[in-house]
Amino acid sequence: MVESVRTQAQSKMPAGPAIKGKLSRDDLIMRGGMIVIALYLVVTLAMPLYVMFSKSLSTYRFDLSAFEFQVSDEAGNFDGTILNGAALNEQTGAFDKADLNTNADGRLGVTEFFPEFSFRSPVQYQIRSIAEDGRYLVGSTLYTGTEWQQLDSNTFRRVALRPTQSRGLSNFTEYFSTPALTNSIKNSLIIAAISTVITVGLSFWFAYALNRSCMRFKGVFRLIAMMPILVPSLLPGIALVYLFGNQGMLKELLFGASIYGPLGIVIGSVFFTFPHAFIIISTALAISDARLYEAATSLRASPWRTFWTVTIPGARYGLISAAFVVFNLVITDFGLPKVIGGQFNVLAVDIYKQVIGQQNFEMGAVVSVILVIPAIFAFAIDRLVQARQVSSLSARSVPFQPKPDRKMDRIFLIYCTLIGLFIVGILAVCQFAALVKFWPYDLSLSLKNYQFNRMDGGGWAAYYNSIKLGLLTAVIGTAVVFFGAYLVEKSKGFRTGRAIFQGFAMLPMAIPGMVLGLAYIFFFNNPDNPLNVIYGTMAILVVSTVTHFYTVSHLTAVTALKQMDGEFEAVSASLKQPTMKLFARVTVPVCLPAILDISIYLFVNAMTTVSAVVFLYSTDTALASIAVLNMDDAGDIAPAAAMGMMIFYTNAGARIIHLIASRGILGRTQAWRTR
Amino acid sequence: MNFKLKGALGALTGVLMATTAIAQTELTVYTAVEAVDLPRYKEAFETLHPDITINWVRDSTGVITAKLLAEKNNPQADVIWGVSATSLLLMKSEGMLEPYKPEGVEALKPSFYDSEDPPSWIGQDAYVGAVCVNTIEAEKHGLAMPTSWKDLTDPMYKDMVIMPNPNSSGTGFLDVSGWLQIFGEEEGWAYMDALHNNIARYTHSGSKPCKLAASGEVPIGISFAFRGAQSKSEGAPIEIIVPSEGVGWDMESAAIVAGTDDLEAAQKLMDFAVTKEANEMYNQSFAVVAMPDVAKPVEHFPEGLEEAMIENDFEFAANNRARILEEWQKRYDGKSEPK
Repeated sequence: MVESVRTQAQSKMPAGPAIKGKLSRDDLIMRGGMIVIALYLVVTLAMPLYVMFSKSLSTYRFDLSAFEFQVSDEAGNFDGTILNGAALNEQTGAFDKADLNTNADGRLGVTEFFPEFSFRSPVQYQIRSIAEDGRYLVGSTLYTGTEWQQLDSNTFRRVALRPTQSRGLSNFTEYFSTPALTNSIKNSLIIAAISTVITVGLSFWFAYALNRSCMRFKGVFRLIAMMPILVPSLLPGIALVYLFGNQGMLKELLFGASIYGPLGIVIGSVFFTFPHAFIIISTALAISDARLYEAATSLRASPWRTFWTVTIPGARYGLISAAFVVFNLVITDFGLPKVIGGQFNVLAVDIYKQVIGQQNFEMGAVVSVILVIPAIFAFAIDRLVQARQVSSLSARSVPFQPKPDRKMDRIFLIYCTLIGLFIVGILAVCQFAALVKFWPYDLSLSLKNYQFNRMDGGGWAAYYNSIKLGLLTAVIGTAVVFFGAYLVEKSKGFRTGRAIFQGFAMLPMAIPGMVLGLAYIFFFNNPDNPLNVIYGTMAILVVSTVTHFYTVSHLTAVTALKQMDGEFEAVSASLKQPTMKLFARVTVPVCLPAILDISIYLFVNAMTTVSAVVFLYSTDTALASIAVLNMDDAGDIAPAAAMGMMIFYTNAGARIIHLIASRGILGRTQAWRTR
Repeated sequence: MNFKLKGALGALTGVLMATTAIAQTELTVYTAVEAVDLPRYKEAFETLHPDITINWVRDSTGVITAKLLAEKNNPQADVIWGVSATSLLLMKSEGMLEPYKPEGVEALKPSFYDSEDPPSWIGQDAYVGAVCVNTIEAEKHGLAMPTSWKDLTDPMYKDMVIMPNPNSSGTGFLDVSGWLQIFGEEEGWAYMDALHNNIARYTHSGSKPCKLAASGEVPIGISFAFRGAQSKSEGAPIEIIVPSEGVGWDMESAAIVAGTDDLEAAQKLMDFAVTKEANEMYNQSFAVVAMPDVAKPVEHFPEGLEEAMIENDFEFAANNRARILEEWQKRYDGKSEPK
């Protein structure tokens, strides 16, 4: 017997276990880390968005069949006839179906069901709800439950039914049947499109002048072009009020047109999106192959023809990318249209109006869902274009060197000076406005507008909170983002996990700050959520800011990490060194320039963002950018300008410190780069 | 073992002592009162009750209301202080307020507290609608001083009037519900149709119109008297007009949030809210307060303000709010194209 088993085993070898590389402790740590950071993105992004989406489907409706009535005769005797609300409505035709859809605050009077109702009559009424969760008001007192309430006529007219909650698409139907709301879609798209064309056009020539001419003062212009990034998007709005408002300094230039509306939004948008477009286009123009130009010259192509056949095609990906970035920034911006938009409604402001003005959270969620669509669309196209961008610079390329051309250089200098004046002018106007005592009646200078503690909006504490938020965001955000990027970039295997992570890391770019903020209210302000404790604290502001600006930071980190050869990991593994040691000893020091860039990016944006935090700050965590918004809202425009300029100086200071620190640290850690 | 036990006991005693030392009741109070006014209420109340500490959470009325409604199932606040009665009625109708009859509430004017017994809310002071007119700009444009709401529909004021959007400002809603009560529904809407032709634009906040009038950006701002008085004291060239038909108003009011952990302390704060001392403090910023014969004239406030206040039906305003706002939006927000 033993024998037979043995022979059997020899003839039929059992299939051995599939050979699978054993995960080392290192791999486990890496995967564990990746899962932790992926979970962070799920909790701070995917789940809140899901909750918000389901909120947009949460509807309110008067369920008439859940209410019953009895009517007495003139002597006050009831004959026991019970009338159902739905049946009454059918008889009297008091409300049609659309009237019964409402919002959370809906109330429905019931006297219309009784055509002979008079509040002076001695007739008595009884009302009850037959559903346990049915709600109705008598005056302003809430009644629930199925007890009959007897009321005299005069009290009965004060009865109002309350809606019950259900799910469905009726919020969307209501949205699309309200022209006051749907107009905003068109408005937002138009504004974004016009601003995009203008900004991309202006910044293209600006970038062209800086990269392809021998104009003087290039360094200064580059610096000026980056200035708008340092201020909240609503600051140009304030400057425009001082320039072109009814008491504006240059009001006559508008020939009677009003700055409050699309005109103001477009000018302000061009200002705050200019640096974003400029960086992208400038990068695209910086790389070019001089051989193409030589070929064009030898083929006797006119400069005009060369421009259209060589320059533009070379920069086309940059141009398209810049266009979609600008489009996205403008359509999701909230601060600027709030300050200067006047009666011109746009989607982002509608969300604010629905939530803060009317406490209609469901409709706020609907508008958010609508706003996400164009934003995601623009984002997707941008990603597609970026993916198609192949390196046009091969090893054999010869970098293009612009040749001096006195006439062209002078034209470019004039052009750049005009743009520079526009940018510096806007900031100068804000600073001037902040220092004037009482525009336009008392032009003496004073520091009165800096007494922020005398205004609503958070006072100086808000300013210090902003710096705190900036530093926390920079430190925590950089750590999370860079570590996450490292894990994704350098883990072995685990393809699907990495791909999913990459997808999550890209998503924040497409989600407007307002939408993220609103989603956070729904998600974190839920008593059943164990993370509820961070609601109303600095922590939620840090989380929302890090998440909102995750994508660009992540891309910066990935780019830096891609430059590092995978052999570092292989070498460290063969030397039996833990990956984390490699990470701390080699990767971080090598990538230090990128890490510093990420941290300054996060700091500056945390200082200026309004949309990501406007729904989330609390009294103790008021922020400078929010103070600008709120002081402007209260009509304290000069103090708002003063606070805006404080943000500017702080960010400028941070940039200078960043520059010095970079030089110092790089000098010590990057010495290996030069031999 | 023994050593460990001792240590644990020691730690426990320490914790216990610490808790007795900080047996301080902390009240979270949501408020929309001006930031500068808060310290004096806090100080006066905490002197009276040294065992209670007030933690303010301050924001504009709209934001505070949104916050309270959002937290409906998980209230963070113990007391609401200085938030509009319209908002509190909204919360009452959601069953969010804890009825309590403060000691001495009968001394207040009857229109200044909830008529139900026990009342769910008590009023503190009234903020009253008014019109701010910039005298310099009025002269420059040759505008006559308006004296009534009807005057403002005169074509001479075309694009010269600014008012808050009721869909984003409580003050705006106070004006609209005021007109609907003064003129009646039909005539009220007709009045707003006419006024709309003269409106330069609608602002998001209730104080901005008066500030804009003060700086001459728009000559006439429909706002409230308190804001006007404030601007005037800062030297703005404005005149505060109380329209002859009467003015809408709302009040800063206080209530206990149902489900508070510190009901007793919350009730003490409500008791304080109806005292003469508190009313005198309201009077420092507001010309009309809940307790009769307390208010002294406040500088720069227009005369005859209290007499001009309409008999405001807050229940009407609260129960018809959704409908009125929808109608307003349909009529005026849709025509949002710039002029």
